[in-house]
Amino acid sequence: MPGPQPVDTTGVMSAQAQRMPLLRSSDGAMADRLFKYTITACGFAVLGVLALIVYELVLRSGLSWHAFGFKFFATSEWDPVNEQFGALPFIYGTLVSSLVALIIAVPLAVGVAVFTTEMCPKKLRGPLSFFVELLAAIPSVIYGLWAVFVLVPLLSGYVQPFLGKTLGWTGLFTGPPYGIGMLAAGIILAIMIIPIISSITREVLMVVPQHQREAALALGATRWEMIRVGVLRNARAGIVGGIILGLGRALGETMAVTMVIGNRPEIAKSLFAPGYTMASVLANEFSEATGDVYLSALIEIGLALFLVTIVVNALARLMVWTVTRGQPARGHV
Amino acid sequence: MSEITSKTTVPPISLRRRLTDHAMTAASVLTVVIVLAPLIAIFGYLVYRGVGSLNWDFLTKTPKPVGELGGGMANAIVGSIMILAVASVIGVPFGVGAGIYLAEFGRNRMGSIIRFTADVLNGVPSIVIGIVGYAIVVLYQHHFSALAGGVALAIMMVPTICRTTEEMLLLVPQALREAAYGLGVPRWRTTLSIVLRTATSGVITGVMLAFARIAGETAPLLFTTLGNQFWNTHPGEPTAALPLQIYVYANSPYEDWHRQAWAGSFVLIILIVGSVAAVRYVVRRGSFGTA
Repeated sequence: MPGPQPVDTTGVMSAQAQRMPLLRSSDGAMADRLFKYTITACGFAVLGVLALIVYELVLRSGLSWHAFGFKFFATSEWDPVNEQFGALPFIYGTLVSSLVALIIAVPLAVGVAVFTTEMCPKKLRGPLSFFVELLAAIPSVIYGLWAVFVLVPLLSGYVQPFLGKTLGWTGLFTGPPYGIGMLAAGIILAIMIIPIISSITREVLMVVPQHQREAALALGATRWEMIRVGVLRNARAGIVGGIILGLGRALGETMAVTMVIGNRPEIAKSLFAPGYTMASVLANEFSEATGDVYLSALIEIGLALFLVTIVVNALARLMVWTVTRGQPARGHV
Repeated sequence: MSEITSKTTVPPISLRRRLTDHAMTAASVLTVVIVLAPLIAIFGYLVYRGVGSLNWDFLTKTPKPVGELGGGMANAIVGSIMILAVASVIGVPFGVGAGIYLAEFGRNRMGSIIRFTADVLNGVPSIVIGIVGYAIVVLYQHHFSALAGGVALAIMMVPTICRTTEEMLLLVPQALREAAYGLGVPRWRTTLSIVLRTATSGVITGVMLAFARIAGETAPLLFTTLGNQFWNTHPGEPTAALPLQIYVYANSPYEDWHRQAWAGSFVLIILIVGSVAAVRYVVRRGSFGTA
């Protein structure tokens, strides 16, 4: 800590000879108060931003709320020409694509976290977590670009025909293999949320006390039994928190999903069918929305998306906090 | 573990338990392979297509009309830099200020509320922030602008910077503050010239990470800056941005535009990875802050 020392010593030594700037301003009770007010204002700006978001969304979705009420979230007609709006297909698409993403991402992310904290040689640990976190630094639009030109052809050429043949009887994997659709959206979302879930799981696993591991090993547990009983069980709440945080990210993810989900407001059982999410309808239609009711309906979708992610995130933060106790969890790089 | 089994009183570990142990080890190695595969695929393909598509025209020309080959994204690169500059000018002071508040005055109930709000704001979908940018700037200006995009991105920067700044300032030993007070240095001077200065490299790390995060954001720009096919250097007008251009070109049916989308992605990722690498360099050289 060599940084601050010169500041202190020069201040002391030359204080008698000539009053240094640091000391000259010691009569600054007024300046102190001004500083505190300015800084407090910055702190309150964070609250202000949240209030502003809520205020604008509520204000500007009022028209649609008055026109459709709760029916807005329960009907599936989306007809800008006749000004009939129902958000059900978008809600369905958001939930299903996020669910598919979680099913794929959770085992992988937890596996990676377990590997990096419990099994991996020390030398590999740093580079491995750096690479996984690098995934979080790639912009969403580049994931989308890759998905459109690499993932989608792969799905329609190989994966979907195979799934249709083997698992077609479930009804989840039927229909023409376009590539584009709910499955593609779920897979690209999974790739995007794995770093978040895995980095939080890793943080949580690392705060599990070492003696828990030692105790399990001393009782004759194998390494896996030690991980299951001594580590995972203790970190359960935190891991669930990380998963919910990933869910929050998946729900609001826009660009990559919009590029591969097919953008058709339909509710279909098959994952091969195209769908639409709340975020993608905003991305596609917002800047071209003509008519106040249309715009207001879109903003109401934004409000619903906002409320859902707020609840999901608040829940996740609380769960992670109960494990890490005050050390804030950082989801991204 | 084998030492334990060698004691005669402990029965040997059964085959089933040993097999489970090996199977789970193999499974977690497999998850690492599965997770790294798309990362390598994305990076590999990006470099392969990006380098192959990049040329001098791309970096110096504006887009050609539909149907004509060639042209570039020079206006989008400049537009992105302009939007990011607006966002940083607004977002960084507020973020750092809020971080100072949390670290120096925030050891109370109000601080916890703001801390929690910042964490929750971090998770608000970027497209929703875009709506707010539209509502508070575009509706008053009556047209799309780089300014509106900058405001939306600034809103996204504040919570990230705020939390990292707080963490970095809390690493500064309390004794330094007490030493300054003991010399009669006023509180504001202590905070700015001693605490903040000591934590500079850490704070800069936080700022750069927030910057890297917003640099690739597309969703909040869709209906704030809108995009533009021509040169524009006025922040009050619709402006082209690199991520927006990539999105539009990727969705187009033209092979040449796809090529340019890859080139654009490559330039964007170089920008982002470059700033993250710069950050790591700064942190390693810095005397204090360790992210």
